[in-house]
Amino acid sequence: MREIQEFSLDDLKHLLSPRALTGETVVLNMGPQHPSTHGVLRVILELDGEIIVNAIPDIGFLHTGIEKNMEAKTYAKAEVMTDRMDYIFTIGNNLVYCLALEKLIGLPVPPRADSIRVILTELQRIQSHLIWIGTSALDLGAMSVFLYSMREREMILDIFELVSGQRMMTTYVRPGGLWRDVPAQFNELVQQVIDIMPRRIDEYESLLTKNTLFLERTKGIGAIDVPTCLQWNISGPTLRAAGLAQDLRKTNPYCGFEQYDFEVPTQTKGDVYSRYLVRVAEMRESVKILQQALDKMPFGPTLTYNPKFIPPPRSEIGVSMESLIHHFKLWTEGYLPPAGAVYSSIESPRGELGVFLESDGGPNPYRVHYRTPSIPLISALGILSKGHFVADMVAIISSVDLVLGDADR
Amino acid sequence: MGIDRKNGSMGILTTTVEGLMNWSRTNSMWPMSFGLACCAIEMMATEASHYDMSRFGMELMRASPRQSDLMIVAGRVSQKMAPVVRNLYDQMPDPKWVIALGDCAACGGVFNNYAILQGVDEIIPVDVYIAGCPPRPEGLLNGIMLVYEKVRGEKVSDWK
Amino acid sequence: MNETLQAAVTGITNRFKVQTAEFRGDVTLLVSNDKVVEICTVLRDEFGFDSLPLETAVDYYPKTSPRFHVVYGLYSLKTHQYLYLRAPVEGEHPHISTVESVFKSANWREREIFDLFGIIFDGHSDLRRLEMPPGWEGHPLRKDYPLGYEEVEFTFNFDEIELRKPKGEL
Repeated sequence: MREIQEFSLDDLKHLLSPRALTGETVVLNMGPQHPSTHGVLRVILELDGEIIVNAIPDIGFLHTGIEKNMEAKTYAKAEVMTDRMDYIFTIGNNLVYCLALEKLIGLPVPPRADSIRVILTELQRIQSHLIWIGTSALDLGAMSVFLYSMREREMILDIFELVSGQRMMTTYVRPGGLWRDVPAQFNELVQQVIDIMPRRIDEYESLLTKNTLFLERTKGIGAIDVPTCLQWNISGPTLRAAGLAQDLRKTNPYCGFEQYDFEVPTQTKGDVYSRYLVRVAEMRESVKILQQALDKMPFGPTLTYNPKFIPPPRSEIGVSMESLIHHFKLWTEGYLPPAGAVYSSIESPRGELGVFLESDGGPNPYRVHYRTPSIPLISALGILSKGHFVADMVAIISSVDLVLGDADR
Repeated sequence: MGIDRKNGSMGILTTTVEGLMNWSRTNSMWPMSFGLACCAIEMMATEASHYDMSRFGMELMRASPRQSDLMIVAGRVSQKMAPVVRNLYDQMPDPKWVIALGDCAACGGVFNNYAILQGVDEIIPVDVYIAGCPPRPEGLLNGIMLVYEKVRGEKVSDWK
Repeated sequence: MNETLQAAVTGITNRFKVQTAEFRGDVTLLVSNDKVVEICTVLRDEFGFDSLPLETAVDYYPKTSPRFHVVYGLYSLKTHQYLYLRAPVEGEHPHISTVESVFKSANWREREIFDLFGIIFDGHSDLRRLEMPPGWEGHPLRKDYPLGYEEVEFTFNFDEIELRKPKGEL
């Protein structure tokens, strides 16, 4: 095991101001183990008193080598590893991988599977924003909001456990549809969440939106404008809080999002408070989408029938010889998609989540690359925090909603 | 406390002392928040109101290792993070215990590759292993109660 | 192919020597190594492709020439279209010029490609390793780098593995 590898000031000379080398400004390490960095992020701060002159983020403490590990497994087994990247929006990781595979192979998806995918994605989005609101308020000192938001999150996790058996890493979305159909209590439980969420969101707003302490700590902090966002390729709520209404569910729709009626909330100032308002408004829009999807959910199968790529139903294996042979082939070697490269992307609560999948005709993926939204957000931390106090660094990191598993993979 | 004889205790003279010290250690064990990845989210869910960790006296997660007794390693430990984990373990004062939460901290989990340590017990000694990916909050509570049983069973000679 | 995308593609093919390919609705242009920055500038200024969401590399070992392909994906915020570029890079001394001057977001993405593949970007302002520790040797995502797989202990190989393990105090 190696010693901790430190950067010396010489290595970072080109990023720090010349005052750091003379000792006029202090170089401080906000290390990987910190109560409020939302994961293992290290930020090297250059401080002039209490004012931040430069902030250099350092990542890689959670690098798991998932992309290389996926090249050693078949397509079906590799999907299990995709959950663990952005561990708060797990259905989204599975969904974007399945969308890329379906695009590569040319598999159609039945409409019932599409609408259940939409319901689960929006539930995950609400859950992600609940975690964000809880931890971000906890960092600023408002501890009770954390307890309330986790209470709602338990209701949503109960739905995931009912549907797939697992609370977080479900691997429920498979290429060609879903793993299996939802049980009978699904509609009832989702309706309970839809009924209760608007009042609970009002409760969070009453605790935070007009709270003087919260306003003092968030208004005017960490402001960014639209051209800078586009230069650094920041997307998601941060871009929408700066003013541009860009949402991949509206501009490049997938899974039938074009049939649902919802708005894309935006603000103009681009500071921490605007991002908070945008995310709260997004939670309300997600509830609207959930109600529409639940009402319009059609009956039908949840998996297409294509025995070369999708396992045939178990009831058939006992009676049909071809189904048995296909089942055997899929479980031993795996399926062989055509050679080529595709890219597909969805809207995650942090921005644009995309997958670049290249296949060479073999049973293992040749190259899988996840274009994750957290990397541009982390690389822009230096710009967001210039000229603010050290205490504002905490507010900025939590407002930008980082997930380090996403960035390091 | 160096009072030990042949089998490590002075019989009935030290049993009540041991019992008292071990009871006080379990009832005020402060964990150090070392959430790395997905298991950290389940640890946060255990801390919240539904599965309450406050009934064990643990709702306060001390960020500083100098003020904590229990280190819950929640998540996968990568090559870059390993020396940091060892450093933090060394900074904790005795007596200290370690829980490895989740498959990745216990044995490397789903990831069998160049970048992840195959179990955090490659670098620090672990007392309780909790399986699951991620384990349910009840699993973490069971693990904490196992640590309590272990502490209650300690004798004078085990104290450092 | 969409009309705006068609206009951009014909604009580029008229001026530079590129090959076009279309697969499942994605349009890819195979460009040469030294013209990448120019083509990106033209696409950004004249045809409105103003953001670079995707930049990654693929390793084609044991083919040595070209061994790598660097893939760029450009997106236009007005017409909501994606356009992909591929640039081949040699295996012996992998060098390609950086597009950081055109899109600032390429900074960290190229650092990641350097870290995991070993492709050197000429003109980059800050080429350091991103994911692996600073003194790490080797570039993990290359095909000739081993996975680092640890053999799983079963009852039939338990004794051999136990002999190999180091023993001692922690």
